[in-house]
Amino acid sequence: MNQIAPLPATAFDVERIRADFPILSQTVRGKKLVFLDSAASAQKPRAVIDAMTLAMETQYANVHRGLHWMSERTTDAYESVRDQVAALLHAPSRDEIIFTRNTTEAINLVAHSYGRSALQPGQAVVISEMEHHSNIVPWQMLRDAHGIELRVAPVTDGGELDLAALETLLGDRRVGLVSITHMSNVLGTYTPAERIASLAHEYGARVLFDGSQAVVHRAINVQALDADFYVFTGHKLYGPTGIGVLWARAELLEQMPPFLGGGDMIASVTFEHSTWARVPHKFEAGTPAILEAIGLGAAISYVQSIGYDAIAAHERALTDHALATLSSIEGLHVIGRAQDRGGVVSFTMDGAHAHDIATLLDRNGIAVRAGHHCAEPLMHRLGLDSTARASFALYTTRGEIDTLSESLHRVRSFFQ
Amino acid sequence: MSFAEVSDLYQDVILRHARQPLHMRRPAQIDATASGDNPMCGDRCQVFVHFAPDGSARNIGFEARGCAISMASADLMAEAATGRMPASVRALAADFAALVRTGATASHDPAIEQLKPLSGVSEYPSRIKCATLPWAALLAALDGATEATSE
Repeated sequence: MNQIAPLPATAFDVERIRADFPILSQTVRGKKLVFLDSAASAQKPRAVIDAMTLAMETQYANVHRGLHWMSERTTDAYESVRDQVAALLHAPSRDEIIFTRNTTEAINLVAHSYGRSALQPGQAVVISEMEHHSNIVPWQMLRDAHGIELRVAPVTDGGELDLAALETLLGDRRVGLVSITHMSNVLGTYTPAERIASLAHEYGARVLFDGSQAVVHRAINVQALDADFYVFTGHKLYGPTGIGVLWARAELLEQMPPFLGGGDMIASVTFEHSTWARVPHKFEAGTPAILEAIGLGAAISYVQSIGYDAIAAHERALTDHALATLSSIEGLHVIGRAQDRGGVVSFTMDGAHAHDIATLLDRNGIAVRAGHHCAEPLMHRLGLDSTARASFALYTTRGEIDTLSESLHRVRSFFQ
Repeated sequence: MSFAEVSDLYQDVILRHARQPLHMRRPAQIDATASGDNPMCGDRCQVFVHFAPDGSARNIGFEARGCAISMASADLMAEAATGRMPASVRALAADFAALVRTGATASHDPAIEQLKPLSGVSEYPSRIKCATLPWAALLAALDGATEATSE
């Protein structure tokens, strides 16, 4: 494995990266695994696996309550990940980082806490047509429970956010929050977050970005974006499941009531009355996902050791190659043609249903997603029932995309 | 590399029925109809039944969007279930469900032979629902419901 001459520090050595991911050497149905479903959940590097195992083997207890060595060390480890996440997002303060279970829980936290306290009945929340269900359903629930209006900003036929239409939706200044994806999990489209934030603020609205996909591929600076809320999940960022992040401006978090009540989020409790712990602990009721947070910390370190510039360049080259290769397959249609797009490519094929495509590819060891990708309204907007989706990660190779392409040629002839 | 590995699932007869289903149509007379949805993949199948005076299914048709497995299953189902009394359709549906879950059948129903090309689905757990969706819609129609309840 290690007989390759050392590369200059700036080069992106995908084979060396792949060696960090034990699962990538697995075979599936007798074929080499070609994992092109990282947008659903990414594989984990050895560093993450080891960090979680090591914590369980050497240094584990509950956090924030034990007056003993193990608890203190575990608390340090857990809390240091808060520092790491703050640095990752370029957040002004570590206290603005709230650990949640995933993106879904982070958005539900905002909808429930901010939505019911800061938003008044009659005010509106704007989402877009290309949201994941996790950024649709919590707002529908808020609408039904709290009387807010839910507005939907359209996407263009090319799969980009229609900014002019967004501005129209903001025009009556009744919008309290704009909640929009930073990168579409179906189309790969990056949304122009700075412009969305500046538009929202111009009309007196706050802005939340769903960074579930974006944070995997690009350096995020919540201050440069001028965001008010930013959420992401750990398992797409090469970390474990069960850990996600909500970042919000401190002044918002201070005003927001708790989401869940219980241990760890209180300052004092009597049967008559309880007072809340300070931010961020006010929003972290119960024993948190300690090991998962430690795993997330290892994942962030791993990604940063490679560097977002290198990752972005690698994935851009892969995406360009995939778009060129797949578009040349007769009868195959790539969905979306945004100018600014990342390593997620959805497609349909004449005469072949997405599920049949996925099953055939699976027989060649290729894992892709097929279906509506938890974005049914976007599918309806595009006039589709389902698509197949290949998504790329820092461990994806050009050769894997060629394997996908060769197999798709065969799928095409199979169903003709 | 070919797709020889999937010939157990995509037998020629399945591809033929998926490409050119014989029963994908709305019968002139409809006495019962119900739809089945597979929310995980967006597949949808609506089944129409016209009964003969003796209560048997004289004519079964369907309209569907979905994968090759669900289309072929709907078409083979219409072929196998036509002419049967509702109780006999239900029995065949149970035999079919066992066939696609286990890959084998102990059924002595002659009609099961027609459905055997779908037995390969048992090797693909995520695809079993594709094969059973039209049957769920047909059973719902026989029960007088308009929507098949998801398992």
